Amino acid sequence: MEWYLPVIWAALIGVAVALYVILDGFDLGIGILFPAFREERHRDLMVNTVAPFWDGNETWLVLGGGGLLVAFPQAYAVLMPAMYLPIILMLLALVFRGVAFEFRWVARTSKVWWDRAFWLGSTLAGFFQGVILGGLIQGITVTNGQFAGGAFDWATRFSAMCGVAVVVGYALLGATWLLIRTEGEVSDRARELAKWLLLAVLGFMGLVSLWTPIASERIAQRWFSRPSILYLWPVPLVTALVAWACWRWLETGREVLPFLAAIGLFLLGYLGLVISWFPYLVPPSLTIWDTAAVPASQIFVLIGVAFLLPIIVGYFVFVYWLFRGKVREGEGYH
Amino acid sequence: MDLDPVLLARLQFAFTVTFHIIFPAFTIGLSAYIATLEVMWLRTGRAHYHLLARFWTKIFAVSFAMGVVSGIVLSYQFGTNWSRFSMVVGNVVGPLIGYEVLTAFFLEATFLGVMLFGWNRVPPWLHVLATIVVAAGTLFSAFWILAANSWMQTPVGHEIRDGIVVPVDWLAIVFNPSFPYRLAHMVTAAYLTTSFVVLAVGARYLLAGRHLDEARTMLRMAVGFIVIVAPLQALIGDLHGLNTAKHQPIKVAAMEGHWDGSEPGDFHIVAWPNEKAERNDFAISIPKVASLLITHDPNGLFPGLKSVPPSDRPPVTLVFYAFRLMVLIGFAMIGTGLVGTWLWWRGRLFEARWFLRPAANVWWAGFVAVIAGWVVTESGRQPWLAHGILRTADAVSPVPAGSVLATLVLFVVVYGIIFSMGIYYINRLIHMGPMGHSILPSERGLPSRPLSAAEEAAREALGRD
Repeated sequence: MEWYLPVIWAALIGVAVALYVILDGFDLGIGILFPAFREERHRDLMVNTVAPFWDGNETWLVLGGGGLLVAFPQAYAVLMPAMYLPIILMLLALVFRGVAFEFRWVARTSKVWWDRAFWLGSTLAGFFQGVILGGLIQGITVTNGQFAGGAFDWATRFSAMCGVAVVVGYALLGATWLLIRTEGEVSDRARELAKWLLLAVLGFMGLVSLWTPIASERIAQRWFSRPSILYLWPVPLVTALVAWACWRWLETGREVLPFLAAIGLFLLGYLGLVISWFPYLVPPSLTIWDTAAVPASQIFVLIGVAFLLPIIVGYFVFVYWLFRGKVREGEGYH
Repeated sequence: MDLDPVLLARLQFAFTVTFHIIFPAFTIGLSAYIATLEVMWLRTGRAHYHLLARFWTKIFAVSFAMGVVSGIVLSYQFGTNWSRFSMVVGNVVGPLIGYEVLTAFFLEATFLGVMLFGWNRVPPWLHVLATIVVAAGTLFSAFWILAANSWMQTPVGHEIRDGIVVPVDWLAIVFNPSFPYRLAHMVTAAYLTTSFVVLAVGARYLLAGRHLDEARTMLRMAVGFIVIVAPLQALIGDLHGLNTAKHQPIKVAAMEGHWDGSEPGDFHIVAWPNEKAERNDFAISIPKVASLLITHDPNGLFPGLKSVPPSDRPPVTLVFYAFRLMVLIGFAMIGTGLVGTWLWWRGRLFEARWFLRPAANVWWAGFVAVIAGWVVTESGRQPWLAHGILRTADAVSPVPAGSVLATLVLFVVVYGIIFSMGIYYINRLIHMGPMGHSILPSERGLPSRPLSAAEEAAREALGRD
């Protein structure tokens, strides 16, 4: 088998997942931050900053899951049953979040309930995404290429902590996104919140980094042995640097840079995971080569990706450009 | 209690996929309808086309959101509930779904933003283009998912190595024998479904004496469409049936309740298929008509259910009745089109209350027919998941029955809430009707903040505009 095909596909899915986490991360973050903004007009404004984008953003999740089925069906067939409950709970949370976008506008007396659904859906979706991540770090029991663990293998304190960490991270993305797209009260409060969230994110990144080698001997071995320690040691250093920059930019009233720094933090965490993980797709037993689809399937879709992905990115950027600029409060009520 | 994990997984998937198909069946047609309205608006400059386009866009927004969220669930359920399916046929089905994501999902989701929120941000021609792109996206989506489904019905272009399906000829896989028929049948069904919703809404306004201009346009468009397309759909359905008879004869035997293949088949108008005794009870039949329909010869023979062991037969009663329900609705649609056209010709389409009253209540016709049709084709494929390759019972995930049951209950509760509220809100939007002020296609759009399409509806309703 062509050894490089699975590598290309792993990179593609990795990029799709990273894009999903960042893009839907700030959408979900808006929902997570709802309790901090009580007034209806503020909430309307917040939702309007993401309303034209959320659907496209969520599609990267479908590309991530679909890509796994395309390129690594054997991994898809192990991971999905292994994470059965958290995946379905995440999807149901996304159902509530998604319909709340439209329903909260048409609802009258029940609007407050759809606001709650929006908040709870966003929060639980983020939480279960973190739980799934935690469950993967812990590893999955596989026998003869099939999932052989229990229904609640994923349910540990460690994975719950990862869930909370992701929720806090998304909230930071959401708060810094609001700095770009809003002004006045909402922006001021978001800036204040972002500082606290930044500290919390750093705390969780530290906690996950300390706990991971304890939760997973496999990762501990990889981290503290040569040669990987040579690539790994700069990661925490750069993270600290980016976090410091983010703090400075929050203090000095910058509007775009804190968001970019928050994305940077996410990407660094992601990079750390990739270094700890590659080339396993179903840790600790199945690699990308063990689970790959036949080359004929991988090539067939790769041709489509080569043509279509640039076009997709093109119109994606166009729509973001189209709806650029500050969203103003009460602007619609003239 | 002993729970059967296969049955539970099937129930769960049947529930989520049935719930989902309601929305594409509507939004495929509705996006095309809105695009048509916008093109007419650009060409004629008449305001009521614009008002209608905006009105239906609000309803589209609510329906599309429900379709999207319930569709994402499905793309993960192939793995959560049917992991053996993903393993065995993933090499073929995965890429088809991959192409659906690449060609359709991103296109729809991204341009939906322009369609819903771009009215004042982009020039009219670009808005029309965005709507056409969304409509095309829904068709691309139908293309790929029906290619995947059709391959599961009539698999070709592959070989089996070590129990795993491996693609050999992609062109053969995509354009497998049942695909052109299934695609034509489903897309036509989606357009008909929407046209009946449009018909019902138009009739409702006429009866209430509101939005008369818009109502007349809707009625004319719907009747004109139905009278041509409903008979066409019967023809496509017939061709699809002949194709099924060729490739999946046992499915057709179940549709016709045909047990003994050594005799010509009767068409049973009513019957109760008795699967134990292998015959039909209480049958009222027209002799030899099933043979006439399927072989185009009254004495023609086609395989009966008894030609395969009971373990290889689909659930006969379900397939038999779902088929009858679909055909019945199909003929009622043809009748509606003919009566409507006759009234139109006599100049009484907008006054004949005896026609408008039932018409205002048939919005559900297409949805029920679509679901019934899918029950026929999916239940009729049983006990196979991929025909001749993988049995449904062998495709299930190694997940405890308790997990499947618990999530099934959750799905029923969550979808129940979403669906009832969605219908309630759509009904309210319809009740409010097309309103607001139109912009002329010659005016350039003015920049303003993005609005939820539904938000605007709410503002109009609350009189805050």
